[in-house]
Amino acid sequence: MLTKRIIPCLDVKDGRVVKGINFLNLRDAGDPAESAAAYDAQGADEVVFLDITASADSRDTQLSWVRDVASTLFIPFTVGGGIRTTDDFKAILREGADKIAVNSAALMNPDLISEAAMKFGSQCVVVAMDAKRIEGTDRWTVYKNGGRVDMNMDAVEWAIKAEKLGAGEILLTSMDADGTKAGYDLELTKAIASSVNIPVIASGGAGKLEDFYTAVEAGASAVLAASLFHYKELTIREVKEYMKERGISVRL
Amino acid sequence: MIAVVDYDAGNVKSVEKAIEKLGAKHILTSDPEEIRKADAVILPGVGNFGDCVNKLSERGLDSVLKEYAASGKPFLGICVGLQLLFDESEESPGVKGLGILPGKIKRFPSSDELKVPQIGWNDIIESKGRLLDGIDKGTYFYFVHSYYLECEDPSIVTSKTEYGVTYDSSVESGNVFATQFHPEKSSDAGLKVLSNFLKIAGEV
Repeated sequence: MLTKRIIPCLDVKDGRVVKGINFLNLRDAGDPAESAAAYDAQGADEVVFLDITASADSRDTQLSWVRDVASTLFIPFTVGGGIRTTDDFKAILREGADKIAVNSAALMNPDLISEAAMKFGSQCVVVAMDAKRIEGTDRWTVYKNGGRVDMNMDAVEWAIKAEKLGAGEILLTSMDADGTKAGYDLELTKAIASSVNIPVIASGGAGKLEDFYTAVEAGASAVLAASLFHYKELTIREVKEYMKERGISVRL
Repeated sequence: MIAVVDYDAGNVKSVEKAIEKLGAKHILTSDPEEIRKADAVILPGVGNFGDCVNKLSERGLDSVLKEYAASGKPFLGICVGLQLLFDESEESPGVKGLGILPGKIKRFPSSDELKVPQIGWNDIIESKGRLLDGIDKGTYFYFVHSYYLECEDPSIVTSKTEYGVTYDSSVESGNVFATQFHPEKSSDAGLKVLSNFLKIAGEV
């Protein structure tokens, strides 16, 4: 049976993992390849790297750490952040990444999704969306530039459009839930997951074991968390065992 | 020397990295001569069935691969590399596969319950053969695909997997091996499968 995936997310800046991950007892806590390998050993089903490097001339650094990760990590990994063209896709995929997440660039140029899907296959095109509820309604709009600019575009409509253009997965972050540890935005997860036929990865808000379970119940195919795992408040194994006890299929 | 077939079909790098990790030597090539000379061949792949058939035939590799598979030297197809070994696919009606093994590739049934493509870790509900030596049934592998194999010869099927339907997720006929899952992305279990192949090939 296909399992629900548990995905740790690592922020990378200038080729180094940021956010504390000392708990992993790594020789070098900031090394993307070692951090990823440690998560693999813990049972992560895949790993997402978000490159938050601000400088524009950082592509070489990015390619270098992607190459290192690919040499040591034998589970799928996604790279996102600052990817704007199919040439960017090509360069990163060639170093061994499996999937590319696009957010603002896809909003500004939706054809990027279809071009990338045509060239590299839908399986490697992840459309990441940051969605925020329109207060007092059951609607959400999507934001670009790391949640700074409201596109005034309906999140459900954008998800449907992304699927039509050839996205293979949707990485759905709730801006309202993100950082609150109050649980994923279940209504948003449900609204998006029930509108598309591609897998939806729920992101933003995980704080306790139950949150992962309820996100899956709301329709998520995978659940992503960052700080919860970084600071070892929960381990991937604990999450999987909890889900298994509740009848959710996981890889243990 | 292992030849990894280069036909511009994606995710080749991860196959190469896994072979390196296991300590074997390989070349990435689309040169028919190099492929003929290789001690074993791996046909990786992600992508559209018809496109992949075209890319192989443009490079004159279709006949080379058929010859190679018939030679008895070890051959491993992965994902689309499995699908290409069969006769035809619903993904590309009218396009002929390599026809090395008997069977067809069908699309997963669409329903609200079933997301297509299947993306993620699924288990094999049986496990036999040399490629899966040491792999128990119930072991999870990483899959990414919208189409599945319906093999016409049950005797060559070495594992089955369930996703809406029960389908054939790996095969083994003589020295021709193929997996629908990605061993190079399936952590320790996947590396074990690749290591089995490299051992069969005498490369490790």
